[in-house]
Amino acid sequence: MSDVRVAIAKTYKLYIGGAFVRSESGRHDVVDDGVNVPRGSRKDVRDAVKAARNAQAGWAKKTAYNRGQILYRAAEALESRAGEFGGDVGEAVDALVHYAGWTDKLGAVLGTINPVAAPFLSMSTPEPTGVVAVLCGPDDALASLVSAIAAPLAVGNTVVVALPERTPLPGLDLGEVLGVSDIPGGVVNLLSGRTAELVPALAAHRDVNAIIDATGDPALAVDIDRFAAETLKRTIRGEHSSLQRLEALTELRTVWHPIGA
Amino acid sequence: MSETTTAPQGTTTNGREPAAVATPRAPLRWEYSPAPESTDHVRLRERYGLFIDGEFVEPAGGAYAPTINPATEEPLAEVAQAGADDVARAVAAARAAQPAWAALPGLERGKYIFRIARLIQERARELAIVETLDGGKPIKESRDVDIPLAAAHFFYYAGWADKLAYALPGDGVVTPRGVVGQVIPWNFPLLMAAWKLAPALATGNTAVLKPADTTPLTALLLAEILQEAELPAGVVNILPGDGSAGAALVRAEGIDKVAFTGSTAVGRDIQTALAGKDIGLTLELGGKSANIVFEDAALDQAVEGIVQGIFFNQGHVCCAGSRLLVQESVAEQMIERLWTRMQALRIGDPLDKNTDVGAINSAAQLARIGELVGAGVAEGAGLRQVSCALPDRGYWFAPALFTEASPAHRISREEIFGPVLAVTTFRTHAEAIEKANNSPYGLAAGIWTDKGSKAFEVAAQLQAGVVWQNTYNHFDPTAAFGGFKESGFGREGGAAGLRPYVRQGA
Amino acid sequence: MSPTRTLPHVDRVGIQERVDALAKRSIKGEAKREGLLLAISMLDLTTLEGADTPGKVRQLAAKAVTPSPAYPEVPSCAAVCVYPTMVRAACDAVAGSGVHVASVATGFPAGQTPLATRLEEVRLAVADGADEIDMVISRDAYLSGDDARVADEIEQIKDACGDAHLKVILETVELGSYDHIRHASMLAMDAGADFIKTSTGKAAEGATPGVILVMLEAIRDYAQRTGRIVGMKPAGGVSTSKAALGVLVLVKETLGDAWLTPDLLRIGASSVLNDLLAQYIKTETGRYGRAEDFSRE
Repeated sequence: MSDVRVAIAKTYKLYIGGAFVRSESGRHDVVDDGVNVPRGSRKDVRDAVKAARNAQAGWAKKTAYNRGQILYRAAEALESRAGEFGGDVGEAVDALVHYAGWTDKLGAVLGTINPVAAPFLSMSTPEPTGVVAVLCGPDDALASLVSAIAAPLAVGNTVVVALPERTPLPGLDLGEVLGVSDIPGGVVNLLSGRTAELVPALAAHRDVNAIIDATGDPALAVDIDRFAAETLKRTIRGEHSSLQRLEALTELRTVWHPIGA
Repeated sequence: MSETTTAPQGTTTNGREPAAVATPRAPLRWEYSPAPESTDHVRLRERYGLFIDGEFVEPAGGAYAPTINPATEEPLAEVAQAGADDVARAVAAARAAQPAWAALPGLERGKYIFRIARLIQERARELAIVETLDGGKPIKESRDVDIPLAAAHFFYYAGWADKLAYALPGDGVVTPRGVVGQVIPWNFPLLMAAWKLAPALATGNTAVLKPADTTPLTALLLAEILQEAELPAGVVNILPGDGSAGAALVRAEGIDKVAFTGSTAVGRDIQTALAGKDIGLTLELGGKSANIVFEDAALDQAVEGIVQGIFFNQGHVCCAGSRLLVQESVAEQMIERLWTRMQALRIGDPLDKNTDVGAINSAAQLARIGELVGAGVAEGAGLRQVSCALPDRGYWFAPALFTEASPAHRISREEIFGPVLAVTTFRTHAEAIEKANNSPYGLAAGIWTDKGSKAFEVAAQLQAGVVWQNTYNHFDPTAAFGGFKESGFGREGGAAGLRPYVRQGA
Repeated sequence: MSPTRTLPHVDRVGIQERVDALAKRSIKGEAKREGLLLAISMLDLTTLEGADTPGKVRQLAAKAVTPSPAYPEVPSCAAVCVYPTMVRAACDAVAGSGVHVASVATGFPAGQTPLATRLEEVRLAVADGADEIDMVISRDAYLSGDDARVADEIEQIKDACGDAHLKVILETVELGSYDHIRHASMLAMDAGADFIKTSTGKAAEGATPGVILVMLEAIRDYAQRTGRIVGMKPAGGVSTSKAALGVLVLVKETLGDAWLTPDLLRIGASSVLNDLLAQYIKTETGRYGRAEDFSRE
């Protein structure tokens, strides 16, 4: 008997539609001095957006309470696996806890009963925008990434994330946590790869409704906005309170109903 | 008139004639006599300049263009046409006025806006007549909808001016954007000016507003009202002009926020032009809104709602219920009821108080409607168009509906912005939702059912910013209005309408 | 047990919006002049008081025959409408004029008398010369859900009318909602009503525009379904010329011009006649009138 044990390396994969997959392109990049990660392609973007679209109605239809519990459970899962992230996940966990609590409050904060001058019940409620592209900045820490994902999720959107080009590992590891959480497949989709390839493909995808642009690159912002304009996508960038971010990721819907027996 | 509008009218190219009603004996015809609103009360100037820094001024380029009455093609007045230099001058005036305006206590700022509301009410009759003369809409709509709602909008936002901290949840620190550039369409000229200006002013911004080139007059009367209200010079500047003036305005140096209402094509152009800039943008764009009638609806009220949805303001309404989705089990009788009801529409002189459908706003719009209706016929949908005498001059299009309009037809997908309804059927509520959402637009929708639980179930699944249940085309300053998807972003009305005009602490 | 009633759906807010829109129709000039005369020709000039006497009825009948001697182009009213005991006096007074005599029968206005006495009352009124009978439905039957009894009574009363025309009063304010007004309208027409009528004039509310519109829509749909043309009689509350012209507008834009005849449209009222005459004379002379210019019966 030998006491030698050969460690096995982790194979990093994209997280699309609830499954861990290699890039359809078969390409890889090397990060962190020797870790192979998939180099996501335009077709991976396509698959991820499709998965996000398919998951969106079901995610939005869950009760706000249920979405809140699912996000809270993701926080629990992340906390319990802190070791995989080098120990410091507190801020990221707190972001999940924060947004988990928003799910059933936003309607009360942004929703209104409108005192219209006619015999109607008129009410405006925040509704999810749809599929949100999250474009990470090159140095985004796990906490920023988790905030950028949790905000759209809290209000019923689904997301496709272009992870930081050089530091995708925390994001890919997050996928492993989410993969065993109760977040349904397709609600969060995580892509590693080259910013120059993923970001334009995501920003130009006609089935994306909104973009959180955290790239911090002014030249790229012009391209993103131009692509966004093709289908009138909402884009948000810069510093926001969580409420402002939530509002930017929702659509107010006003419903009128007559009052009269 | 374009070729398609002279296609056989009052006939069906597809589908049946309405069922005959037995005629009782000794019928008597009782016709309404003409009841034109007198225009004696209105004194238009021969020429209107640009309104910059509190004064009417000559345009730098010296260009003027007539604005015409689309019901007669007669010119009403010569109106200055703003150019890029004028835009710069107006933005500079707005910039200069902004700090003092923002520094006014909210209550005082609000009082100016209340004054504007009151002056609109006082001059309501004049404004209504001019709106109808310049735009072709029936006087009953100008009188009962456009002008009262414009006043209501100013009144509503006036009251917000000293309560912004409550309107905008956050840390209570609310700062105006600064100078806003606003471009508005020709379908509700004064009302759209009110939608734009009222929240901008309440939040301490100053504005440069460009009215549409075919309907500048009520905006210029509003400029007179602003003078009468002693609004500080430069707080609102009004630049009549064509699309090039609007394009210059939204691209102008020194603009902090842009608000636009109009076509999706132009909205896309503006978003592209502002790419990468930290300039706030709200867009209220086109629509192809579905009006969904279930078999358990109050059918007569649904018919009224369909009529109100598509023939109100000649269908020149961004949220017009231009796609009728009717449950197959009642489709035949709904179409016959609707067709019968359409015969009772009174089309003609917009100034006549009994007119239901007025003139098409412009020759260009008439051509656009004609082109799309021609496409509908060519694609095989069944056209029915009301047969009625139309005036010899002016731009007219008799109300029309297409039966068997397939979802693939252009008339089912493209915004016609005219009195043309595309009718298609569905079988289940799931199919209705799918068809309603099968559009790049997402502005509005109607649901007609007597079952409340179904109405809310369907509403929750529609990608539409406004859902009218058992009603259509209701507007109120307290209720947010705006679209999903390619119908734009941002909301107007309600507290939500304030948010695009401020920066809040993060 | 009576079968479960299936109510049609009528939206109150939608109805109100429609009638508000139609109330803004501008009736001017020739349309107003013609409309006023038309409304006069459709009047069921009515007196239904405990204190009615043959003398009072004769005066009213004279006014119905010749509403305005100074303006001979003003047509006679369609009918005088009286209690059964006054039918004979009314018939004598209108003889040869073409003015009809209508009588409220069937335990008017409550209808709370045995069917046998109601039927007998109808027979006696017809025997005395009434050629139109205005009956009230049994609200006790309707409100307790017994549509079959409501219909059966109408059918029996229709039989008792013989050749006399039957107007069926729904007393709409007591039915509770537009859904019920529409349902009761259909019930009455299916049971043989020649006219449906809104109200007795004795209840809290009469012929509001909304009620009229709901009933007109029922008449239109009944005609579509059966081919039979039923008339309409708003009554109670039509007390001004504006209201009377409003009735004409509602009928014109819901049923069409074909219903704009006294054969199919009646307005039950009394005081409105002098207002119609006053408005008419104003259109002819350009002068506003005074109370003394018009006879009081």
